Amino acid sequence: MQDFSLAFVQAFTLIGQADPTLIDIIALSLQVTFTAVSIACLLGFPIGAALAIGRFPGRMLLVVFLNSLMGLPPVVVGLVIYLFLSAAGPLGFLQLLYTPTAMVIAQVVLVTPIVAALARQVIEDLYGEYDEMLRAMNASRIQTICTLIVDARYSLLTSALAGLGRALAEVGAVIIVGGNIANVTRVMTTTIALETSKGELALALGLGIILIVLSILINAGLFLLKNSAQKRAYA
Amino acid sequence: MLKMNSDLALLAPSKPFSEHLPIQFDGVHLSFGKHHIFSNLTLEIGAQGITAIMGPNGAGKSLILRLLAGLLMPEQGSVRFNTLSRVPRDQIGFVFQRPVLLRRSVQDNLLHALAIAGVERGQRPFRADALLELGGMQHLAKSPARKLSGGEQQRLTLLRALAAKPGLLILDEPSASLDPQATALIENIVLRASQCGVKVIVVTHDQGQAARLSDEVMFVHKGRVHAIQATHEFLKTPASREAKAYLAGELLI
Repeated sequence: MQDFSLAFVQAFTLIGQADPTLIDIIALSLQVTFTAVSIACLLGFPIGAALAIGRFPGRMLLVVFLNSLMGLPPVVVGLVIYLFLSAAGPLGFLQLLYTPTAMVIAQVVLVTPIVAALARQVIEDLYGEYDEMLRAMNASRIQTICTLIVDARYSLLTSALAGLGRALAEVGAVIIVGGNIANVTRVMTTTIALETSKGELALALGLGIILIVLSILINAGLFLLKNSAQKRAYA
Repeated sequence: MLKMNSDLALLAPSKPFSEHLPIQFDGVHLSFGKHHIFSNLTLEIGAQGITAIMGPNGAGKSLILRLLAGLLMPEQGSVRFNTLSRVPRDQIGFVFQRPVLLRRSVQDNLLHALAIAGVERGQRPFRADALLELGGMQHLAKSPARKLSGGEQQRLTLLRALAAKPGLLILDEPSASLDPQATALIENIVLRASQCGVKVIVVTHDQGQAARLSDEVMFVHKGRVHAIQATHEFLKTPASREAKAYLAGELLI
């Protein structure tokens, strides 16, 4: 119990002193996560919208497939990307393994299905309301998709948030393709795993606290944003 | 009251629509599952001006409007716009009974419609402002569209339908749940559009509105057209027994 309290005290000291190692790890974590989630949104929103308004054979099958991809096991994704990016793999020449870019790729693969599947549901609901209006305006497919994405923006934030939660907490895939190299690919989750296994609880705990605080702050920010939008009937 | 020159610049159809008249339904069949709505529906809307479609609930009035706008396709038969065998969808503005507005400001709703219509980006704000002025809604430009009153929302959907300078304006009971003042504002804009050469087809249950707005009335009952008459004639001496019963407020079965 004393060890636990000591770890807490040390953790807050590290946070209070703005320990450079800690700051580097947090910065890289946020950089990788936000880059991956941004790319996942750029891919996932149009995919979700296309599936929401498209009427083609096999659509339901595709929707079920996309939904099931939401539960992709991170370590398997990490392994597959590792195989692609390793020196002997088809994309080995890019020399991306053990770089933050590889971690971003892994997270994009994990997060895009989550964002796309949730976006499909949100956009399909809105499409039910807007369909006739947009057809009466003679809107093209692209114009319809753009309108739906813009108007579902606050609900889509929730899908982005689900993706962000997954990316921020993810450890299995990034540790395989990133390698957890100090000052290069070490992020919060991989550091927590490593430091805990070494018995260095202070840094692990400090990062854990920051991770939770960040998660709460991001959620609270988006909640307030959505709330104020709802008051203006924009959400 | 009418500001004819500015109205013309704002409302006159981008392409002349008279060449697409008459509109003809020929042998139109439409059904939903086992429920037959139209079996061999034939009608002709030839006149310029404002045509009111009247008839009891379930007569098929709204579906005729949707066929006219190309929102529904007949299972058999044809909808022709004079020599044109397809619906000129880019020349039609549609106002639904229940306003559906984007989750954006009043002004952004109009800018969106103008963008969809392909109006040049630089021109859009000016046209949006002119439309807001036409509807007396300048002071509401930045307000969230879905926070407006029912009358204001419907007026905005009417302005939006006119944004692309349509040659044909279709209105499905545009003032069904509005008070007389909101109704008058809507009717004023419709009349001004009509005077600028826009062909108007409006579904209404309101005999007063038909009298104030329309030049002719088409009476529909059970998926068939029972009468097409000049409005004052229709209201005085309707040409069919069913129309007479409808105007007298008798239940039509």
